[in-house]
Amino acid sequence: MMETHVEAEKAAEHVPHQKLVIFAWSGDLDKVWPTLILATSGAAMGMQTTVFFTFWGLFPLVKDEVRITGENWMQRLLSTMDRPGLEHLKLGRMNFAGAGPAMMRKLAKEHHVASPTELIDLAKDLGVKLVPCQMTMDLLGLSREDMIDGLEEPTGATTALLEAQDAVTLFV
Amino acid sequence: MSTTIAKTLDLKGLACPLPIARTAQGIRELRSGELIEALATDPGSVPDFAAWCRATGTELVEQNEDGGVYRFLIRKK
Repeated sequence: MMETHVEAEKAAEHVPHQKLVIFAWSGDLDKVWPTLILATSGAAMGMQTTVFFTFWGLFPLVKDEVRITGENWMQRLLSTMDRPGLEHLKLGRMNFAGAGPAMMRKLAKEHHVASPTELIDLAKDLGVKLVPCQMTMDLLGLSREDMIDGLEEPTGATTALLEAQDAVTLFV
Repeated sequence: MSTTIAKTLDLKGLACPLPIARTAQGIRELRSGELIEALATDPGSVPDFAAWCRATGTELVEQNEDGGVYRFLIRKK
């Protein structure tokens, strides 16, 4: 009994957590960025990493060149007010009509911080599963064609929670 | 056990999470027991490399600093 306990402790010391699941709810640049930094770091350290994108978190997965998304006027209006795409994200605070994000991206470049677009590519290369939420896609009128390549099949909350059961979970 | 360095990664100037992520990518093509050398300037990479080695069970064979460049010598598990 004692021995098993010690062995289990040893194993736990070696691999603290095997899985990381991040629920990416926000579409703000200053939330998407750290989400991608954590996801790539988790995958780099051998954690089986999944990011489940839901609500505003889905717009960053829309291709940058897609300007308007949605099938009806309400969905189209949403994408008009909040331009989708990783290169068009706004800051959650100090946005100043786009001056904030521009400064943030300039600073990041000067400090050699990878951009969200670079991090998404890195995440795919490291095997991070990028999963869009089916319900929100329907709600926002987003099609698979609107969205970037390399995403997993859209799923629901149950699938996401099943994946999260034995994982470190973050809601961003 | 190999004592020659199979690969060197120049990670100077890169910020979190790139030094670790590039190392994770770079170590893939190495065989078990081979050595990889990583050169970084991000001070955060010092605790991060230690944490990464601990998490992956990888041996940090050597670590030193010279003129603001941190050198990590890592043996693939």
